[in-house]
Amino acid sequence: MAYDKFTVLKSTAVPLPIENVDTDQIIPARFLKATKREGFGDNLFRDWRYNGDDTPKTDFVLNNSIYSGKILVGGKNFGSGSSREHAAWAIYDYGFRCVVSSFFADIFKNNSMNIGILPVQVSDAFLHKIFSAIEADPNAELEVNLPEQTVTILATGESESFDINGYKKHNLVNGFDDIDYLQAMREEIVAFAQKSRY
Amino acid sequence: MSSKPTTLFDKVWDAHVVRDIQDGPDVFLIDRHFIHEVTSPVAFLGLKNRNVSVMFPERTFATADHNTPTINQHLPVQDPLSANQLKALEENTAKHGISHWGLGNPKNGIVHVVGPENGITLPGMTIVCGDSHTSTHGAFGCIAFGIGTSEVEMVLASQCIMQPKPKKMRINVNGEMHKGVTAKDVVLYIISKLTAAGATGYFVEYAGSVFESMSMEGRMTVCNMSIEMGARGGMIAPDETTFNYIKGREKAPTGQAWDDALAYWKTLKTDEGASFDIEHNYDGAEIEPMITYGTNPGMGMGITELIPSAEDIDAGKASFAKSLQYMGFHEKEPMLGKKIDYVFIGSCTNGRIEDFRAFASIVKGRKKADNVTAWVVPGSHVVEAQIREEGIYDILIEAGFELRQPGCSACLAMNDDKIPAGKYAVSTSNRNFEGRQGPGARTLLASPLVAAAAAVTGQVTDPRTLIA
Repeated sequence: MAYDKFTVLKSTAVPLPIENVDTDQIIPARFLKATKREGFGDNLFRDWRYNGDDTPKTDFVLNNSIYSGKILVGGKNFGSGSSREHAAWAIYDYGFRCVVSSFFADIFKNNSMNIGILPVQVSDAFLHKIFSAIEADPNAELEVNLPEQTVTILATGESESFDINGYKKHNLVNGFDDIDYLQAMREEIVAFAQKSRY
Repeated sequence: MSSKPTTLFDKVWDAHVVRDIQDGPDVFLIDRHFIHEVTSPVAFLGLKNRNVSVMFPERTFATADHNTPTINQHLPVQDPLSANQLKALEENTAKHGISHWGLGNPKNGIVHVVGPENGITLPGMTIVCGDSHTSTHGAFGCIAFGIGTSEVEMVLASQCIMQPKPKKMRINVNGEMHKGVTAKDVVLYIISKLTAAGATGYFVEYAGSVFESMSMEGRMTVCNMSIEMGARGGMIAPDETTFNYIKGREKAPTGQAWDDALAYWKTLKTDEGASFDIEHNYDGAEIEPMITYGTNPGMGMGITELIPSAEDIDAGKASFAKSLQYMGFHEKEPMLGKKIDYVFIGSCTNGRIEDFRAFASIVKGRKKADNVTAWVVPGSHVVEAQIREEGIYDILIEAGFELRQPGCSACLAMNDDKIPAGKYAVSTSNRNFEGRQGPGARTLLASPLVAAAAAVTGQVTDPRTLIA
């Protein structure tokens, strides 16, 4: 069950320079009641994005039309808290394909890669440079190159490499998912599971 | 040939690796899989789209808890979206032959309460659930952690997930704990020291006399909150306390199988000389009743201390200021005496019988403060029955409290149990994120004793002043 292939993404970016953005902020629990994976983008950052009467909060970045793009740039420890994959779905459904931060929570990182969003972890210093570049020019583009494992601020040419394991990289570049892999080793798993203690 | 000293974590992990992928994750066998109504429907939909069946339906257990009402559970669920999720769980489990303890079932309750309560959780198991507080089961010497819905689908389809092996951290807490200090305070203290991201990338083993002398309920509270410092999970080596808790529970082994299991369980400990990537040591005597003042669980302090100033913290000064602003608090002011509007006791963190015993120990002979709305929510029907049998129910009623029906309730406010905007709630749950307990709600995380002290005084109160 493939998702979009991820190779090179060149895009403007939306800055969210807040630390510890937890998954309850990305999508509050009251919006987790669907039984299908549809429409979560409407409620992305719901309580930061809208007032109680559903009017947009004008000071929130998603409501500021000068910022757009397929890359979300967040502060340190992005995606902490609840394991809800709905947070990744909301980010994807809104239109982002890549999240850049200087630190990600584990479960969010796994969830993102499992649906085809690339989490790119950069140094604190490089994250600061990205925020500065977007602040200087909201149309500043980033280039995220997965095969080369680099992220570049195109205006300045500054670049940094990022880590990803070879297996996940192969999956993302080709649009494969884990269940494809697990299905292919079904017999090996059954044999192992039948011998296991529990 | 003598084998290399090994950690508890490595013993359990290595026994479950089906395949070690070069430059990739391990294909990791899952012994028990818990599912609930919120994070499973899309996984079942994925199975349907792939035309794949559940590989081992007898290894998955379902309960409804996240969006269930905590009053009038005998009536149809009013919220159509919640009702739809409950129906989906019922249909999906029936279709695939999975055990389902739905609303109204006497075994129903919060997934991380009912698993151990029924003897499903056993030492040395690998356990996952689409819920980050799955780390709770680590209290039994399990590797247990939360997963996303794609991984729920993986486990249903293949009984495996793809998991890179985390690094190992040991947290040692020794020394004599003071009266009025509970397991919740120990874990809030640890998180306040390590921060909300301090254990990200690690799996934690809790060791030392403080954990050895804890009940299973206390150990579950500690392991439950491992995720709040970013850890994949946390575990405690099983011992006599563990074995005594498990013995006689419905799905626990019996007879020869018990003896065999016990012999294996006794090997589940970290060998002398085994190494960890990092270790932290704390003194149990340094810990006082804790309370949080901010919007992540790392923002905790001793209840008699002052809220720190931005200068006292290492990083994220802008986020710190934003957090205090949300809470309506200021640097360098005390938490003691702050007026409280709501008290919530319950959740997978503190919804077990011992928690209600602690709550009742302070409430007994006192009255609920008039300015406080209190939600007392047992973690399961079994806990609810114990509350009644032990006379805790009578103490609660006498003091002006009501007992609600089991579920996750105000911990994540998916049902109607929402703290109104701007109101302050002392909560025994696990997260004080912005809006976690309802849009605009302000959460102070604390132990059942601190919650009880707040409930009867209407303000943040040191429970030690109310303990005889």
